Amino acid sequence: MSRATNSFSRSAAAHAILIAYTIIALFPVFIIVINSFKARNAIFNAPMTPPTAETFDLVGYRTVLAQGDFLQYFQNSFIVTVSSLFFVLLFGAMAAFALSEYRFRGNKLMGLYLALGIMIPIRLGTVAILQLMVASGLVNTLTALVLVYTAQGLPLAIFILAEFMSTVSDDLKNAGRIDGLSEYTIFFRLVLPLVRPAMATVAVFTMIPIWNDLWFPLILAPSEATKTITLGAQMFIGQYVTNWNAVLAALSLAILPVLVLYLIFSRQLIRGITSGAVK
Amino acid sequence: MTATSATKRPFRWHIAIFLAPAVLVYTAIMIMPLFGTLQLALFRNVSQSQVFVGLDNFRTLFGDPNWSTNFWNALRNNVWFFIIHMLVQNPVGVVLAALLSSPRLRFSAFYRTAIFIPTILSFVIVGFAWKLILSPLWGVAPNLLDLVGLKSLFTPWLGKEEYALTALSLISVWQFIGIPMMLIYAAMLSIPDEVIEAAECDGVTGMAQFWKIKLPLILPAIGIISILTFVGNFNAFDLIYTAQGALAGPNYSTDILGTFLYRAFFGFQLQVGDPNMGAAIATMMFLIILVGVCIYLFLIQTRLRRYQF
Repeated sequence: MSRATNSFSRSAAAHAILIAYTIIALFPVFIIVINSFKARNAIFNAPMTPPTAETFDLVGYRTVLAQGDFLQYFQNSFIVTVSSLFFVLLFGAMAAFALSEYRFRGNKLMGLYLALGIMIPIRLGTVAILQLMVASGLVNTLTALVLVYTAQGLPLAIFILAEFMSTVSDDLKNAGRIDGLSEYTIFFRLVLPLVRPAMATVAVFTMIPIWNDLWFPLILAPSEATKTITLGAQMFIGQYVTNWNAVLAALSLAILPVLVLYLIFSRQLIRGITSGAVK
Repeated sequence: MTATSATKRPFRWHIAIFLAPAVLVYTAIMIMPLFGTLQLALFRNVSQSQVFVGLDNFRTLFGDPNWSTNFWNALRNNVWFFIIHMLVQNPVGVVLAALLSSPRLRFSAFYRTAIFIPTILSFVIVGFAWKLILSPLWGVAPNLLDLVGLKSLFTPWLGKEEYALTALSLISVWQFIGIPMMLIYAAMLSIPDEVIEAAECDGVTGMAQFWKIKLPLILPAIGIISILTFVGNFNAFDLIYTAQGALAGPNYSTDILGTFLYRAFFGFQLQVGDPNMGAAIATMMFLIILVGVCIYLFLIQTRLRRYQF
């Protein structure tokens, strides 16, 4: 009996701590989103209450949509993230296949060279990256960002994918070879479909830092036409800092797409982390 | 394996083709600029052309009080930023992971998903959201403190020199706690049931079980988290830039190496941007990160005992 009550009180304590921390984690997001739907007076007089019929007001969202070119920024972010992701996955998987499938001279060294970038952040090369982009006329283009993010994402992608590819059965690949498939067909038709779960994990890990990055858009592509949503929101909020409705609405608009994507992919992400792919 | 055949075979072009795109992009955009930056640190712009000046830029950085005060200030702040992360983020992460991994816990998927949400948000959102919440104009923070009867403790933390950096470090911890939590959670799940059962047979349960059995087994995960935190902290920039601007106010009290690099490189207000000094600062950051990574790889990682199950 005492054992049962003991375990009950222990699990109650565990739930209490976890609920408390969940509130800490979610409260700031919650308070920003509910206040973005309220009139200015209500934001200041009753910041903690959800919007009611009298205090409901979309003025913030109207300002944001009228003033900022958020649709353009969103489109830029989308193009940059999806293109970088495509190249990271394609190039990363190809290199990972070469490293895990074939024995050739310098294999280990090549693996080590490509893994350097996991520990050394690409930001430290910014000064020379900017010079490179100026010299090649790529400043203020989305191409510059795609190139940088592809380079940034490759090391971890290769590392994780190589681990996974070494688990694909040799018999299957050799059967393909006996049937006369070329190495390229073996890679694209046999191996790639089998490592799809690992690709999804890599995709999520690659996507979040690219979507959220402020440094490279600020330095390489700050022009109006190439601003990403992160930079656009940052500049918009900087300009409208006294217009609380607009700021809260802009923040909510920046939170929502990421949150929706996360809730769709969270199972994949958490499985990826806990499967030991990045240990 | 085809590679083991003894006969001399023709050059296997497909290996080169598989490797080429990744190696090219990685070398051209990452490795070459990195070394290019290290090299630029040894040059200076004299009448429109780059002149080799050896270590002069570093002499300026450490010798000229205009630069050295800022540099040491940024480095000190950065170290404090890192210490707060290690002291708060790791213990809280371990506690949350330990609770989440307890068997038969209900709603654990919900907690996991919810606690990880701040980690996926961008610095811009996190920085501004907390700036608003801590703002004395809005009154959310004083209201909350009032609920627990501590209203007198409230001051505009982000505006006070003595609190701003600690407040920002805690905001950063709030954002990134999901990563240590997840990695330690994964490490705890990989502890086999037999080990736990054996401990229970020997009467080791509860807290003793955590300290004596689980903690030693998750030390490698804590080591990885520490080095990831180190690298992340010493090239952090975005949060400070969004919350406090490039001047890292009040009075440079939240200036860290990333914001210092940004100001030196691009200039700000009265200061003119100087790519060569920027490169010198980036070189120092590179060395600091390199030393940290080497200490981890050669001193810590080799001593941590790994258990194979």
